[in-house]
Amino acid sequence: MATILGDPTKLVEQFGPNLAFNRGQQLATAIEPDCLVKTHCCFCGQQCGIQLKVKDNVVIGFEPREDFPFNHGMLCPKGVKRYLQGAHPDRLLTAYRRSNSPSGFESISYNEAIKIVAQEINRIQSQYGKDAFGVLSGASLTTEKAYLMGKFARTCLKTPYIDYNGRLCMVSAGAANKKAFGIDRAANPWSDIIGTEVVWISGANVAECAPITTNYVWQAREHGAKIIVVDPRITPIARTADIFIPIKPGRDIALFNGILHLMIEKDWLDHEFIKNNTVGFEEVAKHVKEWTPKKTAEITGVAEKIIYQAAEVWGKAKSSFLLHARGIEHHSHGVENVLGAIQIVLASGRIGRKNCGYATITGQGNGQGGREHGQKCDQLPGARDISNPEHREYIAKVWDVKPDEIPMAGVDAYELIRKIDRGEIKGLLSLCFNPKVSLPDSNFVTRALEKLEFYVVIDFFLNESAHHADIVLPGSLHEEDEGVVTQIEGRVIKINKAVEPPGEARQDWKIIQDIAKELGREKGFTFNSPKEIFEELKLASKGGVADYSGITYEKIEAQNGVFWPCPSPEHLGTLRLFETGSYNPVAKGAGPFYFPDGKARFNVSKYRPPMEDIDQEYPIILTTGRVVSQFLSGTQTRRIGPLVNQYPEPQVEIHKVLAEKLNIKDGELITVESRRGSCTLKAHVITTIRPDTIFIAYHWPGQKSANLLTIAAQDPISKIPEYKVCAVRIKKTQ
Amino acid sequence: MSLANYMEFFIDPNRCIGCQSCVQACSECDTHKGHSMIHLEYANRSFSVQTFPVVCMHCQSPTCAEVCPADAIKKSEDGVVHTARKARCIACGNCVIACPFGVPELKPELEIMMKCDMCYDRTSVGKRPMCATVCPSQALFFGTREEIEKLRPRSRPVNQFQFGLHTITTKVKMMLPKDTQENHIDVTAALEDQPIDKSFSLEDLINNF
Repeated sequence: MATILGDPTKLVEQFGPNLAFNRGQQLATAIEPDCLVKTHCCFCGQQCGIQLKVKDNVVIGFEPREDFPFNHGMLCPKGVKRYLQGAHPDRLLTAYRRSNSPSGFESISYNEAIKIVAQEINRIQSQYGKDAFGVLSGASLTTEKAYLMGKFARTCLKTPYIDYNGRLCMVSAGAANKKAFGIDRAANPWSDIIGTEVVWISGANVAECAPITTNYVWQAREHGAKIIVVDPRITPIARTADIFIPIKPGRDIALFNGILHLMIEKDWLDHEFIKNNTVGFEEVAKHVKEWTPKKTAEITGVAEKIIYQAAEVWGKAKSSFLLHARGIEHHSHGVENVLGAIQIVLASGRIGRKNCGYATITGQGNGQGGREHGQKCDQLPGARDISNPEHREYIAKVWDVKPDEIPMAGVDAYELIRKIDRGEIKGLLSLCFNPKVSLPDSNFVTRALEKLEFYVVIDFFLNESAHHADIVLPGSLHEEDEGVVTQIEGRVIKINKAVEPPGEARQDWKIIQDIAKELGREKGFTFNSPKEIFEELKLASKGGVADYSGITYEKIEAQNGVFWPCPSPEHLGTLRLFETGSYNPVAKGAGPFYFPDGKARFNVSKYRPPMEDIDQEYPIILTTGRVVSQFLSGTQTRRIGPLVNQYPEPQVEIHKVLAEKLNIKDGELITVESRRGSCTLKAHVITTIRPDTIFIAYHWPGQKSANLLTIAAQDPISKIPEYKVCAVRIKKTQ
Repeated sequence: MSLANYMEFFIDPNRCIGCQSCVQACSECDTHKGHSMIHLEYANRSFSVQTFPVVCMHCQSPTCAEVCPADAIKKSEDGVVHTARKARCIACGNCVIACPFGVPELKPELEIMMKCDMCYDRTSVGKRPMCATVCPSQALFFGTREEIEKLRPRSRPVNQFQFGLHTITTKVKMMLPKDTQENHIDVTAALEDQPIDKSFSLEDLINNF
């Protein structure tokens, strides 16, 4: 039983989160650093270029990296203060095991910990079968590590049960992009935003979650673009929008169908493009017939006139760029929401050209690369399909195993937790994933973690899930390893090592290989460097949709990144997808899209309400999201003092009208209850949110976690959880 | 070394997203590490997410220097108004009270006033100030007049601020919409303005509000 053994106070005393502020050499002025290392930020999918100042194997500060073309030196507050995660008092410097010590953990040697891990894996797998062990990994890992995790689970542990935290992030967009375009990557570079006539932003709090993208949007406006923003809150990017659609959470398909309805009615269509480059328009056109402005307005909860206005601006434009993010993707119909967005792009014909673009704003650091090379439960490297016999055969050859030795598809991360709860999975290894904070309905997740017979966590700080661990292995920070990641635009970039891991901590890929060795299954896990892993990954991706085979570390440095696909050494990369006359390995010249006929697919998007709609008992919609100063489950950012001071704890954003009805004053403690749990937080009374909706940021653990309230409803295809809508009620705290 | 005369600082609050990158980056500046000299405030968060970043405007006749009894605040030839000289500053706080933009800060623990010096250690050697370099919305912009005219065709820079009968001219420019008539910003007149976003209100856009 992996229940928490230690005294919570002692646990926090020893492992934090303690707040780091700059001190010592980090505070000294006029200090000459030993070197400036050109690398990237460790947080979101934009992967801004940054230079780290290093002195005596410690990162002591940063210098803007103005030569990197995506951000030209720009950084958000997380990027500015990220260096404070180094030399942190909470840093895990040794391995730990559960014990009866006051904190519940005692330090042990690294080698002993690896031995225990291997013994426990063997014990569980011989007692209950190979499938009784699961792996959870993450999309902040370099692509090399992500690749290694998929290979490790399937060929060393021989379990189908690996999935990753991109499940909570990019999968709805990925699945919809594959259904519509046959490929999952931003179609255009961000430079195409500047010079476009219309920027449509649906469900993306750009200013807080992808702050550097703001300048692209503002720059588009300087040159005449109209900005359309769809969001239940007036976010900073929405504040000055030309058209703002304060949509009711969970109703995005209705809006997109309503827009297409008007595009058809007014003939704002690119008939040539639809005829030559798409399939399925007629059926979609038939489907959206019923989505009159009146009906659309009723369902989306917005005034009819803005639907007309938005359709006209979008419909008449000669160029446009549509962006969306988790706001439309975190739904039990997330894939259909995205397909809805894609249908208004395809109908306009504005894709595959300069200033005519479409993209999801990928959330995690390696959200793109982390979802391409096999740590997803149903996927093999090169964005290959684990159920496709040809794909299995190719990867089996690269891995030097028999095709039938590669397990078939496993299950998504949440289902993996359910399997633990049902007793089907008894042992778990997690890396770069903090399920206790990041998954919905966290009371359930905690209950499941408590049932594990053995849980090993690899991390650099003791995250909240690791409180349940039997063994904790000290992993590496972003600045302690090298490798590639693929950022928001599909640009493969290079993370460079600035410092060595401290104490007994080591690079995650080495830890994984040490476990493989101890298990006596070292074959395929004897890489000496990330570069060697990358060479194998290149081969594994060759001929796949996500083809990296022509990329080298050197080419990345020389070109400031390489946009995949890059199928040969002389290929410079693919800046923009779907250009007329472009070649891809699926269409083989038949057309620009990644289907045998080269044509994109329209998909009927049927409106369904959220899984848990409001009712008399729970009459308020809860939606969740991020704030600019925190990142994901906060394992890093809740330990960085200046970032914590910027937004110290979650609050409930609530409209004045609703607050008055409930007699709630600004700053008062209120208790928000759902069918799954409750949490008590301060009310922040404002007028910049729909009065039927409240917002809570999700970065915090324990009793302040928004995920105590959220619902584990999932999209049937992408399996993304419905973080963006559930039903709650509010009580004044006595 | 001094600030090149063709490099200028422009502020466009219309672009500001309140992310506090400037505030966080300011405290990384080598001459005042650990202390941020930028003020970033909501106009009125109850009604709007509008925020304003405030850096030193570097007045042509700096009131802070004029009221300093210890002659601790100096303006260099290039127009930059520097932070208090440690040897002279008596931490009386006169400058804090007098500055029309509310920029200087008294640091009682250090017995000194500190203020933005446009990252003189950086700008005097040809680099951009920390805040304007990192600003994700480029609400803070540092560059040449040609660059700003090319990048911001909808706006124009203004550097006169009206406080009652008193006009203040500054080195730092504020961007105004191109079609406005005024060549100055009347600060006193705007004091009571609410930051209600004129273009839309939720009541108008939501069914059955």
